[in-house]
Amino acid sequence: MAALLDTAIDRASLFEFLLRMGDNALVLGHRVSEWCGHAPVLEEDIALANTALDLIGQTQLWLGLAGEVEGQGRSADNLAYLRDAHEFRNLLLVELPNGDFGRTLMRQFLFDAWHLPMLKALAASSDPRVAEIAAKAVKEVAYHVERSADLVIRLGDGTEESHARMQAALDELWPYTGEMFLSDAADEAVAAAGIAPAPASLREGWRDTVAAVLAEATLKEPAGAYAHKGGRSGRHTEHLGYILAEMQFLQRAYPGSTW
Amino acid sequence: MDAPTLPSVDEVWRWLDAVPDPEIPVISVVELGIVREVAYDGDTLVVAVTPTYSGCPATAMIDLDIEAALRGHGVEKLRLERRLSPPWTTDWIGPDAREKLRAYGIAPPVDGTAADGRLALRAARLSGGNAAVLCPRCGSPDTQKVSQFGSTPCKASYRCTECLEPFDYFKCI
Repeated sequence: MAALLDTAIDRASLFEFLLRMGDNALVLGHRVSEWCGHAPVLEEDIALANTALDLIGQTQLWLGLAGEVEGQGRSADNLAYLRDAHEFRNLLLVELPNGDFGRTLMRQFLFDAWHLPMLKALAASSDPRVAEIAAKAVKEVAYHVERSADLVIRLGDGTEESHARMQAALDELWPYTGEMFLSDAADEAVAAAGIAPAPASLREGWRDTVAAVLAEATLKEPAGAYAHKGGRSGRHTEHLGYILAEMQFLQRAYPGSTW
Repeated sequence: MDAPTLPSVDEVWRWLDAVPDPEIPVISVVELGIVREVAYDGDTLVVAVTPTYSGCPATAMIDLDIEAALRGHGVEKLRLERRLSPPWTTDWIGPDAREKLRAYGIAPPVDGTAADGRLALRAARLSGGNAAVLCPRCGSPDTQKVSQFGSTPCKASYRCTECLEPFDYFKCI
């Protein structure tokens, strides 16, 4: 493995993979943090803020390692604050606007149900640096999915109003889930090196988790396999630019400023 | 002139055991289990610290407190290292520290209740959380989970159905 990683092409693939992990956590963490001070009740506000905090913490680890692997002296902060939208590698799902509370939780659940098995697989990565970050993050994400699944069920199997909102959220978000399981050359390279699972290998487990929760939530899985894609290769919706405008403002206006 | 004698590793551990956690000051950073190793690299004291949660905002404060305490004891050459592996677990919080948490009003971790993402346990959780979490105020086992998340990343929100007080539970990871 060490020999493989020493070649430029595999370093580039590993860098790409790490950006994808880090950017998913960063962009979703930012989206979820938008709820701070706005959630329907105090406990939910705190829970969302904690989830966002975990994700931002994981971002620092993934992007920190990405910068180290790239070897150009870029820190996690450089990567978060000084890249433009086309250089971001997150799934389109995580950059979509929050919508209402139910839609935020539905998006969280659809992501968590993928994130947890991904991290479990990465905890056995052939790259010990990847494995140790995943072993840390997996403990946090186990609580994320526990909570998001609980709330999808409570709201889905709730009032007529909450049920209708959750079904609408599911219908709208569903076409954005297929991107989680697509592969390109970078995915194939890291999978071949035993660094990460092949994305498609996570699909069945994800479907099982989602189907069980949706059934309990009395929600109907949308038909159709159409998948919006592009985020993982830098082709984003217009929403990401607005996120970055807010998130990166300080570093753009006052370059190099630190706390 | 002889160089000043370096403090022993055991002595450094004792000093660190007097450094309180900034968010839960009734227990020390050693009792919390986040100091993973104290050793010398030549004449440089190396202290390895692990974060509780990856985004815990107290991490920088803890490093600062540890450094200030050791400098206060005259340590000149010091290096703090972040150690991620093995990941921090509440199993490292010993019985004495758990009792201190309880007396402070935080229900201590109940072993074997970490979230593992398995949905089979969901029904049990929804029907009122884990009965083994005792109210830190009145001791009642009749408690309910309000949320997996609380006032800091390491805690969950509970309420007691006996004395009706809300409380923090130091959740297992």
